Amino acid sequence: MTSFLLGSLLVLGLLALLLGIVLAIASRVFHVDVDPRIEQVEELLPGANCGGCGLAGCAMAAEQIVAGDASPNICPVCSADARAKIFELLGLAAQESEPKVARVLCGGGAACKEKDLYHGVDDCRAAVLVQGGAKACDFACIGLGSCVDACPFEAIFIGEDGLPHVIEERCTACGACERICPRHVIRVMPKKQVVWVKCSSHDPGKVVNKICQTGCIACRKCEKECPFDAIHVVDNLAVIDYEKCKLCGKCAKVCPKHAIIDIRALRRAAAKAAKQAEQPKQPAAADA
Amino acid sequence: MNFGLIIQIAILNLFVQNFVIARFLGLCPFIGQSDDKKKALGMGVAVTFVMTLASFVTYLLFAYVLKPNSWFLTTFFGTIAEDGLVDVLKTASYILVIASLVQFVEMFLKRHVPALYRAMGIYLALITTNCAVLGVALLNTTDATMEMNLLTAVLQGFFAGLGFTLVMLLMAGIRERLQYLNVPRCMKGAPIAFLCTGLMALAFLGFAGMAN
Repeated sequence: MTSFLLGSLLVLGLLALLLGIVLAIASRVFHVDVDPRIEQVEELLPGANCGGCGLAGCAMAAEQIVAGDASPNICPVCSADARAKIFELLGLAAQESEPKVARVLCGGGAACKEKDLYHGVDDCRAAVLVQGGAKACDFACIGLGSCVDACPFEAIFIGEDGLPHVIEERCTACGACERICPRHVIRVMPKKQVVWVKCSSHDPGKVVNKICQTGCIACRKCEKECPFDAIHVVDNLAVIDYEKCKLCGKCAKVCPKHAIIDIRALRRAAAKAAKQAEQPKQPAAADA
Repeated sequence: MNFGLIIQIAILNLFVQNFVIARFLGLCPFIGQSDDKKKALGMGVAVTFVMTLASFVTYLLFAYVLKPNSWFLTTFFGTIAEDGLVDVLKTASYILVIASLVQFVEMFLKRHVPALYRAMGIYLALITTNCAVLGVALLNTTDATMEMNLLTAVLQGFFAGLGFTLVMLLMAGIRERLQYLNVPRCMKGAPIAFLCTGLMALAFLGFAGMAN
């Protein structure tokens, strides 16, 4: 019995010792130098692995940034602080990257008529495969919320109007929604572009008028109004040239279908409405 | 080595005694990695690779160290050579040897074949001592249904890995389609995958008659 115990202990011990020595030698012989900066950069990256940079995860982004194949600006999610640290780490001169945000380029939703009833998977990509979805407009948001599912930051929700809404404070411009949208009605654009055309329809005005209450009908009123020659109707859709646009918001005011959005005006209106809702309450409270 | 035996081992391990479907080994990587064909293939190749290597080393360990009247025991421990150390040490020593081997291979690949390392590196670490790998080692030695020699053991390891890859790819195909179906919420993900595995197992049972 004793020799049995001793034998098994010795065999396993010898085996472990032998393998340990082999592995120790191997780790020396097969050692691969890894740039320590890769790890440091990876720590500074957000680690959400959202794919906003177009690479497979933060580890790969860190590798490419250190190798010089990608700019540290590639990460849209990274805070300005962390980005500055990465630049410092790599000894590069920092470049300012513009803050961006995802925006919805369709005003349809409930305002857009439906041509069919769709019963199927709750997913825009699946709906598009079936006769292009239920919406009458071939360019409209399907409204089933694939973008909501795709957003890793819970920055999109489907509002009562049947359209996705982006919570700008949460949006990191990773572009996951932009990539998943089968109709391409979400686009990541610079935050400072506060005026944009909330329609993607290339249908002629006659068709748009029939199916949508807020679609661009290519009436060219904005084109005539613009003092900077920055907005043009191309292929039945108003397109803003942001090189020339001074964001005055005149086109948004003149649009008969409210297809051009000036988010500043909307915010002002919302603030005003909130104030008005508050004011009459206070005297009522005093009466009580 | 006759050709018929190779065919027999191949069919036995690919279909009749398939590791996932008939023996229910390696279900963890099977469910975890089968939601995407590319991942499934990577996992399958890594498992095949490790199983083949593990069959080789564990058979050597079994034949020359652990077996009753083996070379090692008769030379150094004459007193216990009669009984051998198989019953006591098989699991512990197999795990030790397989894990070290995979570590070694991983280091080797990282240095000399970086392309291959990137392709299956992450999977290698995941399966160092997975039950399918340990299972094939045990089935080659102590629990073997037929008399094994080194060549048949390695062949069995290789074809068992191929069988795993086959089922993995079949399952990945099914699961890629499952994503577009309206699966009830409570059944989404792993539950429906297990159901499909069960149905697949039933279908594979049809191969059982081929064993003779």
